[in-house]
Amino acid sequence: MKKRLGFYLLLAPLLLWLFGLIIVPHIDMFFLSLQEKLGPGDYQTSLANYAAFFNEPLYWNTFARTAIMSILATMITLLIAFPVSYYIAKLAQGRIRAVLFTLCLLPFWVSELVRTFGWMILLRETGVLSHLLQWTGLAGQPVEMLYNDATIMVGLVYTSMLFMVVPLVTTLDSLDNAHVEAGYDLGGNGWSVLREIVIPHAMPGIVSGSIVVFMLCLGNYLTPILLGGKSSLWFTEQIYDQFITRFNWEQGSAFGFLLLILSSAIVWTGLRLTGQNLSSTMGDGGER
Amino acid sequence: MNDSTDQAPALECRDIVRTFGKFKAVDHVSFSVPEGSFFSILGPSGCGKTTILRMAAGFLEPDSGDIYIKGKSMLGVGPNKRPVNMVFQHLALFPMMNVADNIGYGLRRRGVAKAEIAVRVKAVLERIGLADSGAKRISQLSGGQKQRIAIARCLVLEPDVLLLDEPLGALDLKLREHMKVELKKLQNDFGTTFVYITHDQSEALVMSDQVAVMNKGVFEQVGSAQELYYHPDTAFVAGFVGDSNRWRGRIDAADASSVKLTTADGLSFAATPPKAGGLGAGGEVDIFVRPESVQIARAEADVQAMDNRLQGRVESVLFNGANSRVLVREPRSGGEIDVALPQTGAFHELRKGEDIWLGWGKDQAKCFAAGEAG
Amino acid sequence: MIPSIHQNPLLRGIYIAYVALFFIYLAAPLLVVAAFAFNDSLFPSLPWNGFTLDWFFNPTEPRLGLFHETPILKSIGISLLVAFWVTVLAVTVGTSSAFLFEREDFPFKNVLYLLMLMPLVVPGIILGISILVLSSNVANFVEELTGYDIEPLRPGLTLVILGQFSFIATISTLVISARLKKFDITLEEAALNLGATRWSAVWTITIPYLAPAMVGAGIVAFLMSFENFNTTLMLSGSDAPLTITMFDRLKEGSTPVLNAVSLLLMLASSVLALISIMMQRERKE
Repeated sequence: MKKRLGFYLLLAPLLLWLFGLIIVPHIDMFFLSLQEKLGPGDYQTSLANYAAFFNEPLYWNTFARTAIMSILATMITLLIAFPVSYYIAKLAQGRIRAVLFTLCLLPFWVSELVRTFGWMILLRETGVLSHLLQWTGLAGQPVEMLYNDATIMVGLVYTSMLFMVVPLVTTLDSLDNAHVEAGYDLGGNGWSVLREIVIPHAMPGIVSGSIVVFMLCLGNYLTPILLGGKSSLWFTEQIYDQFITRFNWEQGSAFGFLLLILSSAIVWTGLRLTGQNLSSTMGDGGER
Repeated sequence: MNDSTDQAPALECRDIVRTFGKFKAVDHVSFSVPEGSFFSILGPSGCGKTTILRMAAGFLEPDSGDIYIKGKSMLGVGPNKRPVNMVFQHLALFPMMNVADNIGYGLRRRGVAKAEIAVRVKAVLERIGLADSGAKRISQLSGGQKQRIAIARCLVLEPDVLLLDEPLGALDLKLREHMKVELKKLQNDFGTTFVYITHDQSEALVMSDQVAVMNKGVFEQVGSAQELYYHPDTAFVAGFVGDSNRWRGRIDAADASSVKLTTADGLSFAATPPKAGGLGAGGEVDIFVRPESVQIARAEADVQAMDNRLQGRVESVLFNGANSRVLVREPRSGGEIDVALPQTGAFHELRKGEDIWLGWGKDQAKCFAAGEAG
Repeated sequence: MIPSIHQNPLLRGIYIAYVALFFIYLAAPLLVVAAFAFNDSLFPSLPWNGFTLDWFFNPTEPRLGLFHETPILKSIGISLLVAFWVTVLAVTVGTSSAFLFEREDFPFKNVLYLLMLMPLVVPGIILGISILVLSSNVANFVEELTGYDIEPLRPGLTLVILGQFSFIATISTLVISARLKKFDITLEEAALNLGATRWSAVWTITIPYLAPAMVGAGIVAFLMSFENFNTTLMLSGSDAPLTITMFDRLKEGSTPVLNAVSLLLMLASSVLALISIMMQRERKE
């Protein structure tokens, strides 16, 4: 009997947390998104808020743009992170290796806000890079590098880097050097060994890293707003706008739900394509 | 059982049964362990020996039957309330505590005063020869020291029975040989009743006063090491304890003191039937012959007087000092016979390919109804 | 490709240069933020007008230093308060959930485990709005029914704490579970065998074993809470935590006092990071 009591004592906080803060709020948000506002205090159930999304090009353009930019940012992050992770996991030795890995982690102990602030100082018209370009003679006048898509991309990639490097280093680290040696021994060259041995081995890390990075980009608010300015057209901004500025919570909930569906769909597809599951991909995240 | 006198055995199991789903791990086992003795349960992995130990410790309850410690039934008594302690397979020393805190753990749970704990921990550390190791961390100890600490951690509580779950399994061969002697010495010194389970026959034979051979949830035989080795009751014991050459054959004639049989390859043997008897002509039997019971001879005349004779060719010589063996190929069956070389060195010049004669008496060949043997 | 295989020195040189460039990319924004905290100028930008500590200590406008900026100091206090409660809640619930998932067997365990992972794949801003929607609905409902307004259910610190807790608890559960998974259950059995009760076995053996993971999870929870922006943005009321205050300042364009705050944050984070790394190292021994 005593053991059963203990079991319920452990179960209760979990259920309170999951139902009170995750499941019920999402269900409530879904129902709210189905409410059409007819007048003050007068609502009816309809798909009007979703119809509004599809009828207004600004909305679904922003939505598509956010998705595409996030996928792009994920791919760029992967391309930049892979060689570095490989270097840390396989080429760097002993102490240097530990130092490099720690250096990779350190910036991410600092708030995203501070990091983005740093990019603003670097890239704005009166910023460090602009001065550098003028000083070297590459530019004749101050250059504004903020408030465009490339800048948003730089910020997103920067912010996401950790979540790609850690799983990549972890999986690459578990690659036995003997497999690479065997690849060469059997006549492979650098490229074929990379394609047929290293990348397949690193696949779980690539997938889990990409999923997390994509998610973070999609849900990011800070970086697009601060680095992209008014022209950022990020979907989270639309949600914020509906909730806080226009106080149209029904529409905002519909947007939130659409974003949730998109992110879940991409996560699910990513896991499906590589035959992994959420428990193994995310569950291992606890190790880091 | 109300007479909880000093005569009561330290540990007694009566007709205990334990199943896991459909699997009968322990099937109507009864035994008793006299006070102060070293009792081993020997059997292959999965035979149910760990289940018995865990039932004695209180981590499992039997489905039926009863367990008595010093005459008191232990049914429904939690593991922390039983007067037994256990040395775990991987020792389970607490890594976040130092040696002294590990040994003092049980005393603290009993609410013994701090000063008293310090005295008793110090005393037991001295007895196991690790007097100045109290402040060491567990990770600083060698394998053998860890063993002794794990045992001391239990003995300081003066348990009625100490249960040991293959504690030597993780050690390397040399240390294991050494610890066998050490364990026996510790048991003598402290006079505590030890119940030791293992799959390693030499551990059981060397240390124990009594050994129970267990297979598939039942005790095949309980006896001293010598009894098990020289007078096995069952085919399983004959096969599991010590090395044997074995043949399977059909009985041509049987009486109370001897059995004649023929193998499928046409070899004829004479053997001794089991005490229980029950073998009749036509029945299928296994015979077991120990390598050291087989005599080697260069000429047939030298083994003429023996009940069983075979000619064979030396297949290989496995020299290992006093434990040297020869593998002899018997031409008719094509089987190999394992023969111990005499320790006198008489046959040290034996070479591969030589033809030799082998012989043994019928009382050296134990015969059991055919079945599964260890 | 690996040290044992010879590589063209030119390629190798390019590779090393690339890795070096990567680390410059990582460090650059943080270095400029730190450097401009000491620039003797009203804006965090070039030109460099000389070194000053005004942005930390000057008591008067327009060069109001960090330690005299009441709104920022106050929001740091709020962030600390929020982070404290999130840490306490997340470590407590994380520990109990870790025990539940590692030690107990019950129907729908796998479903609950997947649900527990969900907050990791839900964008933070959606966690924020869904909690906002539910709490407002409940508050409105109660107000209509009884006329009593439940203040904690309106945007404010309680909701910020709950919102951050809702996903940080997942991370602390995973961190503590990972350690509990490696716990040798025979240690607990040994404690029982030596006379401990179930509770005292857990308390004297399992919890001390988990302690490094609990402290680690606590540090991570504290930092994540302190730095959280997305969820907090949707749930904070008039008492804004530091990230929200800084965000508002940033949008307006601000004095280097923000650099001073940032530098302080970096230092504090580094200290926590160091503690956590050292604890991990100790764990490995």
